[in-house]
Amino acid sequence: MISIVEEPAYDLPVGERGGPAQPLISARGLIKHFPVKGSGFMKPKKVVRAVDGVDFDILKGETLGVVGESGCGKSTTARLLMQLILPDRGDILFDGETVGGALPLSDYRRQVQMVFQDSYASLNPRLTIEESIAFAPRVHGIAAGRAITRAHDLLHRVGLEPSRFAGRYPHELSGGQRQRVNIARALALEPRLIILDEAVSALDKSVEAQVLNLLLDLKRDFGLTYLFISHDLNVVRFMCDRVMVMYLGKVAEIGSRDAIFENTRHPYSAALLASMPKMDPSERTLEPPLSGDPPNPIDPPSGCRFHTRCSFAESICSENLPPLASVSESQSAACLMSVPGSRHSRAPALMEA
Amino acid sequence: MAVVTADIAAPSPAAIAKSPGFWSSVLRRICRDPVAMAALAILLILVLIAIFAPYIAPYDPSKGSVIRRLKPIGTPGYIFGTDELGRDMLSRLIYGARLSLIMGVIPVPIAFIIGSTIGIVAGYAGGIVNTLIMRTVDVFYAFPSVLLAVALSGALGAGLTNALVSLTVVFIPQIARVAESVTTQVRKLDYVDAARASGAPPMTIIRVHILGNVLGPIFVFATSLISVSMILASGLSFLGLGVRPPDAEWGLMLNTLRTAIYNNPFVAALPGVMIFITSICFNLFSDGLRTAMDVKS
Repeated sequence: MISIVEEPAYDLPVGERGGPAQPLISARGLIKHFPVKGSGFMKPKKVVRAVDGVDFDILKGETLGVVGESGCGKSTTARLLMQLILPDRGDILFDGETVGGALPLSDYRRQVQMVFQDSYASLNPRLTIEESIAFAPRVHGIAAGRAITRAHDLLHRVGLEPSRFAGRYPHELSGGQRQRVNIARALALEPRLIILDEAVSALDKSVEAQVLNLLLDLKRDFGLTYLFISHDLNVVRFMCDRVMVMYLGKVAEIGSRDAIFENTRHPYSAALLASMPKMDPSERTLEPPLSGDPPNPIDPPSGCRFHTRCSFAESICSENLPPLASVSESQSAACLMSVPGSRHSRAPALMEA
Repeated sequence: MAVVTADIAAPSPAAIAKSPGFWSSVLRRICRDPVAMAALAILLILVLIAIFAPYIAPYDPSKGSVIRRLKPIGTPGYIFGTDELGRDMLSRLIYGARLSLIMGVIPVPIAFIIGSTIGIVAGYAGGIVNTLIMRTVDVFYAFPSVLLAVALSGALGAGLTNALVSLTVVFIPQIARVAESVTTQVRKLDYVDAARASGAPPMTIIRVHILGNVLGPIFVFATSLISVSMILASGLSFLGLGVRPPDAEWGLMLNTLRTAIYNNPFVAALPGVMIFITSICFNLFSDGLRTAMDVKS
């Protein structure tokens, strides 16, 4: 874990104060539980443990991929980072400063923007494209004329000719064009971090490739950092520097792309990777890598959350919650098999000091 | 790495091609709807009749005569006959359009403004604020509209202003409920989240992103209330809680003529026919508006 070396320089702009080694964003023990409707009245109070103690860092200039099954807390994590919903517990540190503490929320808002999955629902159908893009700069006090000019520049930058598209309405555009507009809108405040929540999942493959390339170009040109949420492991492998695997509101494994894809240390990550369709027919299998649905996040399993579906599970797994422990320099996994002396038969022996 | 291939074909003209806005396309579509246009034409004629009543009406609407009471339809000089006090029905129907339209139309825009505000605030705020506002609204909503209007008018006392006030109060909860449900749907959409993420204050988000997307559906609903308002207003006048005699108002005329229903049923039914025509025209027009706004082309 990287720590602050010296006092942040407050005369520098937000996002530049911590120095290059300081993670751009750190999540510390984020917890978000949603109350279950109808519970708590004459019945025991129930909560959905959507995000249940999540820690991670996003380094400056990297792309962190987040993968996991539906309902594992990926999108809730994104919305927590966006401060669209407030965490029950835990902190978000932006460049070493606590959001809402040392760093006011209004300053943080400009630094983090999001691109949503549904390109149509994320644009106001009553506003023209240029109005949608210019909205955020206008809110931050930029004059109307300059905001429109910036909108045109950004449209040009994402590959939409302003003279043809600026005055159009969202329903007149294709899905790929709309998603380009959403990317331009996210860029309008000149943020440091863009959260891409399934941003390319709804696009067809050829358009998806175009948008992914656009994202890579923008990242290089604007010095952006991405949090890239996706179901598509191939896309994650193409886009990301590091990958975080989530399961039932917890981080199962986090590490560099090569470590996760080549040498995973968590059985859940292994099962996810095994679910990727193989190009080689001889490697294809009809065996599902995982059986059944994930357990109910209202009432998660005791101990390791994955033990109900894990093929290596032993009795110890249902008793002890594995910590997210570092297994190598670039990889951490939350599995008792990686914790020395955890009493799991496959765990390494405890080193005597 | 592949180069980004933008899906742009030809070089474009320097001027920004502005697409027609939502409302202009609604206007275009409703102009092509013959039923809605016919209803609108009839309503316009009624409004013109009301405005120019003194010039159109052949007789003084309140001047009666004992010798020509309850003449049937088609009597020479009195084509719609005369009422129970010998007043010319045609003149009274023409003058009656004034008060009937006022009572039908005025409460709705007032209730539209107040009800939409309540509903949009409740819908956008959500949570406990929503619950408090909407449960209070539900208390009013629980009464049948007729009963509530009669009770309020009765409590405030008879008269045009009090009838208008009670009708407005009757419509506020109905409009507020529609406004709340539409707003709740819209605020969940991603573009509202995107606006929140950009740091926009709530009032700006409501003004720019909510209003334009919720006012249309609420407006359509409010238009359909005009016909209800006319019928309720007629009912209030019929019960002696709205307009007072000798003023001409269709609901009141229906009331005073009910004694003549066996002697001269066709004349007695005329004010009812006018109420029916007006309210169905408002309904047909609001239907047309709804259809014109529904289509996403």
